[in-house]
Amino acid sequence: MTELLIGIFNGLSIGSVLLLSALGLAIAFGLMGVINLAHGELMMLGAYTTFVVQNVFRSFGEPWFNLYILFALPIAFLVTAAVGFGLERGVIRYLYGRPLETLLATWGVSLILQQFVRSVNWAIAAGLTAFLLKDVIRWLVLKVLSWKSFDHEKIRHGFQQWAIPAGLFLGFGVLFGINQTANTTLTRPWFSARNVDVTAPKWLQGGISFGTAQLPYSRIFIIVLTLICLAGMYWFLNKSNWGLRIRAVTQNRQMSACLGIPTAKVDALTFALGSGLAGIAGVAIALLGSVGPNTGQNYIVDAFMVVVVGGVGNLLGTILAAMGLGIINYLIGSGTFVTLFTKMQAPDFFTEIASFFATTSMAKVMAFALIITFLQFRPAGLFPPKGRTAEL
Amino acid sequence: MMNVGLSPRDKKQQAKTRFFIEGGIILALLILSMLVLPLAIPAFRLKLVGRFLAMAIVALGIDLIWGYTGLLSLGHGIFFALGGYAFAMHLSLQLPNNAIPDFFMLYGVNDLPLFWQPFYSLPFTLMAMVLIPGAVAAILGYLVFRNRIKGVYFSIITQAALLVFFNFFNGQQKLINGTNGLKTDTALFFGQRVGDTPMQIAFYEITIVALLLVYLLCRWLTSGRFGRLLIAIRDDETRVRFTGYDPTWFKVVVFAISGAIAGVSGALYTVQTGIITPNFMDVGFSIEMVIAVAVGGRATLSGAILGTILVNFARIYLSENYEETWLFFQGALFLLVVTVLPDGIIGWGRDVLWFQVRKWLGMDSTITYPAIADADDPDLNKIQDQLVTKE
Repeated sequence: MTELLIGIFNGLSIGSVLLLSALGLAIAFGLMGVINLAHGELMMLGAYTTFVVQNVFRSFGEPWFNLYILFALPIAFLVTAAVGFGLERGVIRYLYGRPLETLLATWGVSLILQQFVRSVNWAIAAGLTAFLLKDVIRWLVLKVLSWKSFDHEKIRHGFQQWAIPAGLFLGFGVLFGINQTANTTLTRPWFSARNVDVTAPKWLQGGISFGTAQLPYSRIFIIVLTLICLAGMYWFLNKSNWGLRIRAVTQNRQMSACLGIPTAKVDALTFALGSGLAGIAGVAIALLGSVGPNTGQNYIVDAFMVVVVGGVGNLLGTILAAMGLGIINYLIGSGTFVTLFTKMQAPDFFTEIASFFATTSMAKVMAFALIITFLQFRPAGLFPPKGRTAEL
Repeated sequence: MMNVGLSPRDKKQQAKTRFFIEGGIILALLILSMLVLPLAIPAFRLKLVGRFLAMAIVALGIDLIWGYTGLLSLGHGIFFALGGYAFAMHLSLQLPNNAIPDFFMLYGVNDLPLFWQPFYSLPFTLMAMVLIPGAVAAILGYLVFRNRIKGVYFSIITQAALLVFFNFFNGQQKLINGTNGLKTDTALFFGQRVGDTPMQIAFYEITIVALLLVYLLCRWLTSGRFGRLLIAIRDDETRVRFTGYDPTWFKVVVFAISGAIAGVSGALYTVQTGIITPNFMDVGFSIEMVIAVAVGGRATLSGAILGTILVNFARIYLSENYEETWLFFQGALFLLVVTVLPDGIIGWGRDVLWFQVRKWLGMDSTITYPAIADADDPDLNKIQDQLVTKE
């Protein structure tokens, strides 16, 4: 029985990571019908941010180093939220109503982000800053113009046409200019393609002994973190003004727009929020293992399955689906069933099947089969939208 | 628009002319690729071209399911790899005195597993290349379409299925050599080594013939009533259902055909690459196939072929010269194609370039009324102004 309990605990901790990564995805999907294939890469960015924060705090010395994780959480949130905001403003908003195209575009973004962390150095960072400078300039100029209150349509239009080419020219100019100087401190990659490791602070190492097994503190921390995020999301969606707007737009976009809700702003904010949650998930996965440019890929499909099983934009469905998937994956994959069946002296047939699926990758095969079976009975997930909004 | 005001006889005449033009172009390309190219370029480059053409076959299949039916499958790698594995298994069994492939020894398997047995026979293998991927696609498709799961859900489920198959093939060392995959270039086929130049040229020629046949099949499928139904499903599935058709079966059938086409493509790709591994079921690889179709132009068969060849050449060129740039470039390609060039190169040529050329040549240009007029777009406003003044 202890094994089963330990299995469920480990499953819960895996489910928590899944939930953290799926939460942002599910909110954005429910609101905008957009599947963000770059979500895994946003998690990866969060994990890298943790790594950077850790290194900074290490240089501060011992008492500070123990607290770095508490600083990494908000910083990772802000960094990924900013990237997500840029992604929404720069790409996704042009693709509303075309979910499949959004899928492909965000995959493109994920490729770019993967290669970005592999090869980012001071030259690329400077080039990127130069490219982004165009938006700052545009914002400033338009702000000044609107303050002077005269017709600036022509200038606005000019900006729309020339901002991106000019920004690209500027950005690449800076990039190549720095590369020409061949200064190795400027052109050496920050992270390189190898995985990086995050050391958990002392108070997260070790764990509570529980019979023969151990419940690691880091996993308990992740479960608590998930609970806090959930509570925060619940409060935000149900009690705050913006949450009300988000729920309104999720239910009926056109009606909300008619009632004066700025849907474009709601979209951008929600997307940034979802991306920020991906950043927090990134901090969590940094605690669990080493982090590399491909880290996001490992979580993304599972997170999607959570969204598919949970139903669209439903908090409770997402929670249940994540926990169920995490526990099933762990129980099958770790071979808990094999030991259970042997102890219960179940027929050999069951034990053989259980041991055939008792690896992490084969557990995914089994979980997929279960999901497809589940979808035969509930095609729209655990809690499908009802009433007039439901699709035919 | 060009057909407006033509009598049925003229229309027939026009169709005939078009048929001859298209046939002429295909014939010219065929002669060029089958006869001229093998003499003109070195063998290892030819192998590369052959691989791209094999990829073009799966692109046709994807165009059928995505371009025409509107279902974005991110899991075509499954069917591609199944076809490849079927052929590779046959090739690995070409050993003297009923020996079994070497890798089985490593894992202590002495008897050939049961499901390997039928692959001794070439006719079975050739059928399995088409039928197994087709059947897997049909089953998966039926389970998904039956519940009216569509849109992004379908894409995600196919992607998850891809991952599952990848895990399965990766994990089964004893059955199909897991991560290491099956090597084909040292195997024998009709008494010759598959990796040798004459054999490779033969496979190249077969690839072209297969591409032509698949093209004709897709052309036939999409030109008739079936094709119009696919487009109808893409544009408004609910209405198709209300008209009395059952879209589920059409979708299952087209998904199965698409899977079978991918199987052929995978088999031809495998023998020209020399190895098949579970990496053929990499998530990125399958999405790349889709984007190649988007680059060429969705819902145009020639676009699928053109896009695949262009993207693959760009890939070879960029990854040979600037390895790091390729991923940046590929990502940018994804973004550009879906935002700026949603109809791909062929669509752009048809809608924008052809229009311009006609204008330059001073030919009469029929301006159709812009369906979705963007109030901020000065070009559209100009066209609208022209329309108004003409009236």
